[in-house]
Amino acid sequence: MNVPLLTSIVIFLPLGGAGLAALASRGRSAKWVALLTTGATFVLSLGLWLGYDPATATTQAPQLADTWASWFPPGYDVKYSVGIDGLNILLVMLTTLLGPVVVLSSWHYIGERRQAYYALLLVLQTGVTGVFCAFDLLLFYFFFELTLIPMYFIIGIWGGEERIYAAVKFVIYTLVGSLLMLVAILFLGYAAAEGTGAVFTTDWYELLAFNMPAAQQLWLFALFALAFSIKVPLFPLHTWLPDAHVQAPTGGSVILAGVLLKMGTYGLVRFCLPIFPAAAQQAALVFGVLAVIGIIYGALVARAQSDAKKLVAYSSVSHLGFVVLGIFAFTTEAMQGAVIQMVNHGISTGALFLMVGMLYERRHTRLMADYGGLAASVPVLTSFAVFSVLASAGLPGLNGFVGEFMILLGSFKSEVLGAPVLVAFATLGVILAAVYLLHMVYRTFFGALDRQENRTMRDMNVREVALMLPLSCRPSRRSARPRPAGRRLT
Amino acid sequence: MTTDLAVRLILLLPLAGAVFCGVLPLFLSGMRQREGLIGSVGTGAVAVPFALAVMLFLGSHHGDAHIAEFYTWMAAGDLSISFAYRVDALSLLMTLIVTGVGGVIHLYSVGYMHGDEGYWRFFAYLNLFIFAMLNLVLANSLPVLFLGWEGVGLCSYLLIGFWYREISNTAAANKAFIVNRIGDFAFLLAMFLLFREVGSLSFDALLGAADGLSQASLNWAVLLLFVGATGKSAQIPLFVWLPDAMAGPTPVSALIHAATMVTSGLYLLARLSALVLASQVMGLIAVVGALTALMAATIALTQDDIKKVLAYSTVSQLGYMFMAAGVGAFFVAIFHVLTHAFFKGCLFLCSGSVIHGMHEVEHELEHQGDVSEEHGLEEAEPHGVEGEKDMRKNPLPYDGPFDPQDMRTMGGLARYMPSTRWTYLLSTFAISGIPLFSGFFSKDEILFKTFEYGYSGGHAWAWAVWAVGVVTALLTALYMMRSYVLTFEGTPRWPRSAEGLAPHESPATMTIPLWILAAGAVGMGFIGLPAATTEIFGVENWIHHYLGAPYGGPVAEAELGAHVPMVIEWALIALGATIAVGGVVFAWTHYGKKEGIAYDGILAERLGGLYRLWRGKYFVDEGYDKGVVQPIIGGSKKGLAPFDAKIVDGAVNGLAQLTSGASGVLRYIQTGIVQNYALAIALGVVIVVGLMLLPVVLA
Repeated sequence: MNVPLLTSIVIFLPLGGAGLAALASRGRSAKWVALLTTGATFVLSLGLWLGYDPATATTQAPQLADTWASWFPPGYDVKYSVGIDGLNILLVMLTTLLGPVVVLSSWHYIGERRQAYYALLLVLQTGVTGVFCAFDLLLFYFFFELTLIPMYFIIGIWGGEERIYAAVKFVIYTLVGSLLMLVAILFLGYAAAEGTGAVFTTDWYELLAFNMPAAQQLWLFALFALAFSIKVPLFPLHTWLPDAHVQAPTGGSVILAGVLLKMGTYGLVRFCLPIFPAAAQQAALVFGVLAVIGIIYGALVARAQSDAKKLVAYSSVSHLGFVVLGIFAFTTEAMQGAVIQMVNHGISTGALFLMVGMLYERRHTRLMADYGGLAASVPVLTSFAVFSVLASAGLPGLNGFVGEFMILLGSFKSEVLGAPVLVAFATLGVILAAVYLLHMVYRTFFGALDRQENRTMRDMNVREVALMLPLSCRPSRRSARPRPAGRRLT
Repeated sequence: MTTDLAVRLILLLPLAGAVFCGVLPLFLSGMRQREGLIGSVGTGAVAVPFALAVMLFLGSHHGDAHIAEFYTWMAAGDLSISFAYRVDALSLLMTLIVTGVGGVIHLYSVGYMHGDEGYWRFFAYLNLFIFAMLNLVLANSLPVLFLGWEGVGLCSYLLIGFWYREISNTAAANKAFIVNRIGDFAFLLAMFLLFREVGSLSFDALLGAADGLSQASLNWAVLLLFVGATGKSAQIPLFVWLPDAMAGPTPVSALIHAATMVTSGLYLLARLSALVLASQVMGLIAVVGALTALMAATIALTQDDIKKVLAYSTVSQLGYMFMAAGVGAFFVAIFHVLTHAFFKGCLFLCSGSVIHGMHEVEHELEHQGDVSEEHGLEEAEPHGVEGEKDMRKNPLPYDGPFDPQDMRTMGGLARYMPSTRWTYLLSTFAISGIPLFSGFFSKDEILFKTFEYGYSGGHAWAWAVWAVGVVTALLTALYMMRSYVLTFEGTPRWPRSAEGLAPHESPATMTIPLWILAAGAVGMGFIGLPAATTEIFGVENWIHHYLGAPYGGPVAEAELGAHVPMVIEWALIALGATIAVGGVVFAWTHYGKKEGIAYDGILAERLGGLYRLWRGKYFVDEGYDKGVVQPIIGGSKKGLAPFDAKIVDGAVNGLAQLTSGASGVLRYIQTGIVQNYALAIALGVVIVVGLMLLPVVLA
């Protein structure tokens, strides 16, 4: 099996599908094209999963690095270079898994301009997968920006009432960060050339080997970190997220929460920490504090919401605070916890958005006050929702716990952070998660079934159960194995 | 059969039962009504593990700890946690309680839940609970214990809110879960701290490190674990969830909120007894236990809802157990866990049987359209003292709204429900500490140990704890006998229109469990005979020998400098017996013979403000609501949410507007000269970077 080729196929197969879907004569065929493409991509990505050997992934080298002809003239070391290692394999799998789930969730929800919708969805998947697999900074940047365009249209065309506002805000906010990152990438390439006496390079390995003077690191680190912090989003840069989530169609929300936000945390782990180790350690406490503020702040604001989707959106701010905390703890436990939490947040929050979407599809309202007592009329949907809520609340035995536990455990002993009290505050998030999530269950699913519309609500059908099942299974215990690339830091 | 296989089956059968009873009927709605199938699978999934546990118990060599390791849960850096389980004297004893009492309560539920539309869900949750509880008691490391710890909390949540159509039940479930999570927060911090200091979270490593830890770390770790225990085991300040938890079906109250889950805090302390002993928070544990015991007992004396009386009684008895743990007598705490599982489990099941019977009365009244719904129970005051003597004893009919759990509407059930009555009475004797009943031995041992701790070490607080324990013992006898008399003796007080109605005794599936538990409530005490009897009869204290570290068991205990002389020990036993008998007789004469239910009114008059304080449950809930809940919820809604929308987001939007406004002006500097642009970009970058670096540099 030619694994490097397989990686590229997994990245670009959805793009091919996008072309087909766009050309489809009927919307019906477009969605089948999308389902088959994402399904096939998932199957192919299983090959990556099986070919991935965790035993050798402890080294920094991605096993399947693929270096093709340089894009640029001689003197510029810019390559098409993709690979799989312990850090990105799970995120790639998460992306390919969510592909068919999102298509299925849009099956009836998206009624108009389906060709365009599914084509954009597939382009988006190519962008996200590319982001996770790129081992060249310019290539990474290309994929990073590529995700903006389809998401902009998905929110702007198929979104809610204030979709234009949300879409523009999403794009501009992200773009501000990523353009500054581009400046930093170019500067970094020249600095590396100057420092090592070699050519301009954006190759990840070269940059890793290049030890930039600590004084220069700080501002480049800051530019990268700003771009990624917006994407995460880290408090106080989070306000684009609730708007984007609430306005986006269900499928868009699932991708947004499931994988797009992970591009931020992934970027921190892949680039910021290994390339600017000194600066990252210097800034660790600042990020730790912002992360913990985000954990508590996001949870409290979530509790204040009356709109279920907004509640879930703010829960992401809280949950990703844990990830950022773990990244900047600089201990193996916390770092691995952060990687696991990225994947598990994608699964459990994705599931929550799907549940909210199913309710919206039935009743066309997201206000929790419009529901109540649904357990009596839709027991299957209730069971899945409660299950997802518990996973999201980090109940041990379900997927949310391991990551959170390892992050907090590792951060507590972190000498770089050196602030157990800060971690104690972060741990408060465990209580607050129960507060806002159980409140949602309380308002929505329990109590008297006092509205006629809710009494006659239809329970989940086979398609809906099928799309929830993969998200309700515990990820296999291989999830505990990935070794992040930035290992030398920990 | 190997021990590994037995452990595997003990753990997995209840889980399989939960899947069978819960997942299959969820998708196959035809299965939901198959009560016979679901009831027998559910009960069998607990009965078989009980048999296996008995087998392990009989075959186990005393003192050995068998570790059964299955697979890795998480591993990174120094952290390596596997699903490993520990079979030793302590965990086996707990397993026997969980599966034995649990199995009996499953059997009871077959009858109790008959006809409920959620029959299948009920057995699924109950089996899941057993699975989680077994993880808790069999775990060989703190994280696996925590898995069980949170798992039982989840099942408790699901079962308290079992009848979800009543939103107040879900509110009670949320409260239980969240209050427990506050305890779990402390538990997590304890694990983080111990991991940092010890580098492992398995029990062997932790107990081995007891000497190597700094005193400060040790104190913090034990304190945090204790805070965790106050959540699960309903002690001050986190006890508030347990009384509300009575919203769940009564078998749940018996199994989870009396016999098993609420004792897990004690189990945790006993499991880590060596750490607790080396810490300096023992006194705090004992004092919190004593205060909780006293406070809850005073509340129990003033409640009218039979399940509320039992709930506060549970809080109080758990307080006793913490008193024992606080003086380093962990095996006595576990002894009381055991006897309490029988007598309190039995009492709760009896109350379920009573409620079952009172529902008949309710149905009859509903049939006649005579149920008054106008008044809330809270408004109803205890009966006044005026009126004729007969009417004082048995005001007929009771004029408040009808409630099948309200003892004021009961009375005289003895003649209708003989099995329920006798088992309730026997268990009442047991909990009150009537000599030779089980509670007599375990509670007396607790009081004796606190006394001895004060006697030997000169700890003043131990004397105080002992004194509070004695007073609470008197209160226990009083409130329990009160509840017995008000429920079963005298003549019925339910509304006149239902007169002539005879509530029926519950079916055999319910009364057989009552008798099994009552038998334990009567006889279980003999496994823990006091030291005084050893001298005379030559019979040793079995449970001490089985659990105690001096005899090779897993549970450490405080080493005392001096022992109490035999004379004093006998005097203490006599004191305990006198208090118990005195309390029971007093309640019998006043609630049964002289004033009847009107004695509540007399008490209220005599005690005045104190009685109102007790009846109002010390207004702790109100205080928490005003002091904690409302500020957080209100602050989020009125403070943070607008702040997020107006200030944080407002700044972003403001910046955007500023930019677009400025661009109107800046149009004029669009020169088209690339160098100018480059300069502008560079300038912008410098400004932005400078702003961003500011906090980093300052930090």
